[in-house]
Amino acid sequence: MNQQATKKDELDLPLRYKETRREKTGVFFKKKVGWLFVIVSVIAITIFNFYPMVQAFLLSFQSGMGSNLEYVGLANWQRLFGDPTFIAALTNTSIYLLIQVPLMIVLALFFSVLLNDPNLKFKGFFRIAIFLPCVTSLVAYSVIFKYLFGVDGIINVFLLKFGFISETINFLADPFWAKVVIILAITWRWTGYNMIFYLAALQNVDKSIYEAAKIDGANSIQQFFQITVPMLKPIILFTSITSTIGTLQIFDEIVNITNGGPGNATISISQYIYNLSFEYTPDFGYASTVSYVIVILVVILSIIQFRVAGEKK
Amino acid sequence: MKNIKRVFIYVFLSLAAIVSIFPFLWMLVSITNKSSDVTKGRLLPGTHLIENMTTLFESVDIVPALVNSTIIAVITTVVTLLLASLAGYGFEIHRSRGKDIVFNILLLSMMIPFAAIMVPLYRMFGSISDTAPLFGIDSLGAVILPTATTAFFIFFFRQNTKMFPKDLVEAGRIDGLSEIGVFFRIYMPTMKTTYAAAAIITFMNSWNNYLWPLVILQSPEKRTIPLLISNLGSSYSPDYGVIMSAIVIATLPTALVFFLMQKHFVAGMMGSVKG
Repeated sequence: MNQQATKKDELDLPLRYKETRREKTGVFFKKKVGWLFVIVSVIAITIFNFYPMVQAFLLSFQSGMGSNLEYVGLANWQRLFGDPTFIAALTNTSIYLLIQVPLMIVLALFFSVLLNDPNLKFKGFFRIAIFLPCVTSLVAYSVIFKYLFGVDGIINVFLLKFGFISETINFLADPFWAKVVIILAITWRWTGYNMIFYLAALQNVDKSIYEAAKIDGANSIQQFFQITVPMLKPIILFTSITSTIGTLQIFDEIVNITNGGPGNATISISQYIYNLSFEYTPDFGYASTVSYVIVILVVILSIIQFRVAGEKK
Repeated sequence: MKNIKRVFIYVFLSLAAIVSIFPFLWMLVSITNKSSDVTKGRLLPGTHLIENMTTLFESVDIVPALVNSTIIAVITTVVTLLLASLAGYGFEIHRSRGKDIVFNILLLSMMIPFAAIMVPLYRMFGSISDTAPLFGIDSLGAVILPTATTAFFIFFFRQNTKMFPKDLVEAGRIDGLSEIGVFFRIYMPTMKTTYAAAAIITFMNSWNNYLWPLVILQSPEKRTIPLLISNLGSSYSPDYGVIMSAIVIATLPTALVFFLMQKHFVAGMMGSVKG
């Protein structure tokens, strides 16, 4: 605290020198000028983020069609637990989260460790190749995956040609395979992105630690778990939180690969909110209730991840 | 033993590279082929490129979507960079206890899922549609406003400002520059690389944004590139060659930006976790 106070005084010092010259502007302005830099952003974020959050909270206790809304107390919240589409959306989103995020983070860690090997050839090529999917937009790669795995898509053509299957699989019309395709798609798009974070972090790890471990007889697997993972813990935490928040809100991929189908086998919470608001007869109140489920999940999961990362220290 | 391990590593990485690159190759080959050849799994370049492009530019009419996306992405980038850098600078250089508290509150907004605020935002823009049509529903303004202010980039600029030599601020003040003058004349030119990194990420985010434009834009002539591709992709009798062409054209700007500015790109990603 003390340090901060002196730092602030230092900053204000040159302003005081000028007081004689600019006395008219007043001490008040000089003290408050910093606020001028931040005020527009503060107001904008309040209007476009915090205020809608409050509105959504109020809406979650209202019901009605379109803009004819009235307060219904906790009715929306009770409706949640008996709503099969919501349960399906929540289950699907949890499946995506529980399988895709760990799968992607492990893969990304693995790639980064392999690529960090100073003796590896074609390192630049591998790095760029694995990162390349990140330049595609979510909609674009979703449409590509939809076609790759379509009935007459190239995956089916290949599998037939090489005799893995005897007749085409309609991946996207099968509740199980449709989920698999979505998980594969997200993993394809984001693994390289996370890998770049780990690669950069690995460059800051002191090489002598590995040398010491080698002398102590640690093999590469032991080195990975005993040195690499603990050293990268902060960045792994960061990427798992951003990936979790991202996957919880998954929308673009679902809409463009399966549109939630077959039935509601792949629908996500975000897509359900969208459908409730803009596809079905608009029910903004109930949609807001569902959206608060995502808010609650984001908060809970972030807290858990922080706790877990903190304990392992 | 060591050699086996080597071989395994190369095989594994090559497989990963093939899986990563294959959809791109398929996309590039498909824009030169007829729709029927694409579904036959043809992996050789064809002669249908010009026909596909003609259809895309004439019957699908991709040009307005390209124009809309460009306008939105450019304005969003400029506004985001200006507001976020002003705020990041203010929070770091004019640090005070009050501002630190406000900053931490702003950071909380990064946790807000967009799906949770899209309905209230939609209603908010609906309510100003009559008085301010430029920012009402179905306007490019409404697409830009909520996306141009994000706590993430304020955080990003603040993190990077930590490395900005504070002596320069003092020097500027002694030279008689106003506080705003110090920002525009000294800070901005010094922080060029930070601006470049932030510009790349903002532009790509905006260019690729799907959900909010889908909610707020209604008329076909206002639609952006992702909306157009999504539309083409969901048609019952898709023309694969044409759709792939649209996807290639939509991906070109971001791919170019990535290859030309790889260093800034990675710096931008890392800037978000530093400190």
